[in-house]
Amino acid sequence: MPSKYWQPCASWQAMQERADMQRCIRAFFASRGVLEVETPLLARAGVTDVHLHNAITRLQGPGMPTPTDFYLQTSPEYAMKRMLAAGSGAIFQLCKVVRDDEISRRHNPEFTLLEWYRPGFDDLQLMAELDELMQVLLQTMPAQTITYQDAFMQCIGVDPLAPNSKSAVLDALNTAGFGDAVSVDDHLDTLLQLAMSMLVEPNLGQERPCFVSHFPASQAALARIDKDDARVSRRFELFYQGLELANGFWELTDAKQQRARFVADNEKRVELGLPQQPIDEAFLAALEHGLPDCSGVAVGVDRLLMLKLGTRDIADVLAFPVQRA
Amino acid sequence: MANFSTNEFKAGLKIMQDGEPCVILENEMVKPGKGQAFSRVRIRKLLSGKVVEKTFKSGDSVEGADVVDVELAYLYSDGEFWHFMNNETFEQIAADEAAVADNLKWLVEQDVCTITLWNGKPINVAPPNFVELEITETDPGLKGDTAGTGGKPATLSTGAVVRVPLFVQTGEVIKVDTRSGEYVSRVK
Repeated sequence: MPSKYWQPCASWQAMQERADMQRCIRAFFASRGVLEVETPLLARAGVTDVHLHNAITRLQGPGMPTPTDFYLQTSPEYAMKRMLAAGSGAIFQLCKVVRDDEISRRHNPEFTLLEWYRPGFDDLQLMAELDELMQVLLQTMPAQTITYQDAFMQCIGVDPLAPNSKSAVLDALNTAGFGDAVSVDDHLDTLLQLAMSMLVEPNLGQERPCFVSHFPASQAALARIDKDDARVSRRFELFYQGLELANGFWELTDAKQQRARFVADNEKRVELGLPQQPIDEAFLAALEHGLPDCSGVAVGVDRLLMLKLGTRDIADVLAFPVQRA
Repeated sequence: MANFSTNEFKAGLKIMQDGEPCVILENEMVKPGKGQAFSRVRIRKLLSGKVVEKTFKSGDSVEGADVVDVELAYLYSDGEFWHFMNNETFEQIAADEAAVADNLKWLVEQDVCTITLWNGKPINVAPPNFVELEITETDPGLKGDTAGTGGKPATLSTGAVVRVPLFVQTGEVIKVDTRSGEYVSRVK
């Protein structure tokens, strides 16, 4: 990096907004009795998630003579759930996380997440709380909510949950000129994710924040499956003005199911030629001990700042984005 | 030719698409938080000049195009080919009409042009940004016009037609911006 790029990217106004927003977030949770916590950025396990890549570093020291791989966390989820299982009650965290192989005008490999967990809340209650936070931070109008299925039906006229949806999704992608990257050999979820990004998302949340709820069961991640409709999970996301802002779950608490999902992820990694990931046994042990019924959500703070400042480039809200780090 | 993965994509990179060499104009990664990443790329096809958008899965790779730009001096045309020479090696190369296309009207002998070669064959000829050409025909203008608000058409020695201020006369040499086709100034 040439030394002429020593100066910060973000304006002083942006840095002031960041400080104000963090203060505002802390006040919001303090007034609701949600405890601020801190968990490690470096852990012995990362995520198995096929589309998330941990950066890895190597540590050694007294008591750890052999250099050992540590995974920079892509979210503080597992550690926070260990706290919940140990009886913490409602907790939140504002922290840096790291995701390798993500650089764009909306992505910086290290970024700030706000993540919180509410024992006793289902996904709908947590969405309501996030909506209130959005109104406080960005003075938004009350959010609307649409199911994943309805979002697809309305935007591209395709039912993503129908048994034969694959060819219909592929047709929609081809018609819109996005078909060259995918084929009928791709997994349905890959096609759905491309359609979501290119065809559905641009129509959501332009006026007011928009929750998309009930993601397909195959994209449940760490959410529980809906007990009335096994095709969908209790996972939601929040979109506003073209940005994906948050991802949340009514959390899966079943340790056996969770392990099965990790194993399935690793099998899919093998299929795709990706390295398998060690499974976080401490997290699974916490689930076996008992995770209280709860919902949790992670919010991209840098993207909130982008909206606050009206910029489309994440570099405008970071003092030193990866290009200058 | 080497292959390039999506992480190597950047503006200016030359790749093959649909059997045609292309240059990347813009590349953006699109990635849902928990989903597959894609590269959305805007490219210009170097033969047809068409600008199109393409989508790639992140991690996919595409064949590079052996495309280079060289600076060559224009020598002459034999009616079928336009001949250029490397001023250092004196090596000569001939470009056909498809490569020269509309730019033939800006070719001035001895001017150094940028020739784009694909697998060694010229596919595009870009004249210098500014060329000096003599006016072979233009209507006599009104005396005293200095602003050149309306202007008048003038035919240049290569056949190009540009709008010039009224005071500019036949036989004068003018400087023209080849990118816009606009008159810049008279040349003394």
